[in-house]
Amino acid sequence: MLRLKNVTKRFGGVVAVSGVSLELNSRGISGLVGPNGSGKTTLFHLITGFYQLDFGEIYYNNMRIDLLSPYLISRLGVTRTFQQTRVLGSMTTLDNLLSSIPNQAGEGLCNVFFKPSKVNSEEAEGLAKAKKVLEMLELDKMATTPAGQLSYGQQRLLELGRVLMADPDLVLLDEPTAGINPTLVRRMANILLQLRDEGKKVFLIEHNMPFVSGVCSEVFVMDAGKIIFHGDPETAKSNRQVIDAYLGRVDDAA
Amino acid sequence: MGYIFHIIITTLIYIIFAVSLDLELGFAGLYNFGQVAFFGIGAYTSALMSLAGIPIGITMACGMLTAGLAGFLLSFPALRLTGDYFGVATLVFAEMVRVFFVNEEWLTRGPMGLPGIPRPIWIGEGIGSLPRFAVFAGIIALATLFFVRRLISSPFSRALKVIREDEYVAQAFGKNVFSLKLRTITIGSALAGLAGSLWAHYVTFISPSDFTLNETILVLLCVVLGGKGTSWGPVLGALIVMLTSESVRFLPIPAEMGRIVAPLQGMAYGCVLMIIMMKRPQGIIPEHRIRRENAQA
Repeated sequence: MLRLKNVTKRFGGVVAVSGVSLELNSRGISGLVGPNGSGKTTLFHLITGFYQLDFGEIYYNNMRIDLLSPYLISRLGVTRTFQQTRVLGSMTTLDNLLSSIPNQAGEGLCNVFFKPSKVNSEEAEGLAKAKKVLEMLELDKMATTPAGQLSYGQQRLLELGRVLMADPDLVLLDEPTAGINPTLVRRMANILLQLRDEGKKVFLIEHNMPFVSGVCSEVFVMDAGKIIFHGDPETAKSNRQVIDAYLGRVDDAA
Repeated sequence: MGYIFHIIITTLIYIIFAVSLDLELGFAGLYNFGQVAFFGIGAYTSALMSLAGIPIGITMACGMLTAGLAGFLLSFPALRLTGDYFGVATLVFAEMVRVFFVNEEWLTRGPMGLPGIPRPIWIGEGIGSLPRFAVFAGIIALATLFFVRRLISSPFSRALKVIREDEYVAQAFGKNVFSLKLRTITIGSALAGLAGSLWAHYVTFISPSDFTLNETILVLLCVVLGGKGTSWGPVLGALIVMLTSESVRFLPIPAEMGRIVAPLQGMAYGCVLMIIMMKRPQGIIPEHRIRRENAQA
């Protein structure tokens, strides 16, 4: 589904992502772990077009996407979240959800003025879907609250809700559980498993290893811009290179 | 009596002008400090064409189109800039347009301005024509408000707000940021051009000194005071600003003080603008009361 070939990104003298090649199949949840600064988020930026590659190629469903603008990649069915929460603070929770549907007819001016029925029926569909998402996230009482007034955990959920509204085939989540309480983490996991069962592909960056072991069927470990391990999460935990990357190298002689 | 109609007409024109700016500033978050340029382009285009004997309906449409086209073309370089830099670019553009009006005398007669701009025949000249002009301006203002309301209750304006809040999120959810901004500026400029051409046919004399930064600040005040990003905010703002500024003429100010009244008025506008931005940035009508109505619908 997603194939990266020798992807490299430099910032000045720093090589943030160095010759990464990986392939994601179209099912299940894959994790991307690694110490801070190992290039995980940069890799997400590269896949979604927010950064330009220096070398390499990225294919999505056998179509080369590394030269496309972020909005076009999004319209192909790739949706991402950001490491920091980025809800649209002064828009309502409901509008945050409704605006996340890509390619809306009502965003074209001709449709607004000359095909109002098409716009209205799409809006009604969107509204019905948004109501379901609000219920699922237990945010239905907050529908008309500006999203900036939600609690941090609720904002995280709302970000996930926006992804559900966009209904992508490939979801890239950048640390979905960062800073939220254990109950919410469990709910987050359930939602992700549900997405998986609906046939979506999820690719997530995460530091919370129990969470990764719980939901991911495979995991990629990055260190210093390179993929140093690929396999199932349990093996990763006992892999020497992975432990070294996370905890620092232990000298055998010591 | 004639004076009341004068106030009504200028207010109606400023309602159109303020609504045009609110689309860009309130919805798309584009701080356009040069909106007066498009007002001026509309005014000059329509004035020059009607002086050449072309019917006013056509000239006003051309004023709108020319202003819209100018906005469209300006967008390509200006939208490469973001935030404050975009504001500076539009400010400079407005100054360029004013300098053009001053210097291209073969076309604009320079600082002497254009006298004798005709009005539609059915409206005519003189005090007696004012009620008819007020109706004319009212119809155009209503049509503009109808058009804009349709626009801002649509997913189009919601996408603009996403851009205003966070361009990265907008892109991540498939919004073509450049195209949405381009279309907004084009529409906003065309509406400002419409207001300008209406104004030219009302005052019947225009000169480059009518299109300065002062006018931009006045219209900015209308939008910010009324409440940006709302449908009625700029209308309310234009009402308040125009009514207070025109009623200053009724104050018992001695004639010899007249020279300092205008600069004082400008200073007062500046102060009010600053106070609002610090104390009540959402303006009189906040965005969220409107949004709640939408959500329940």
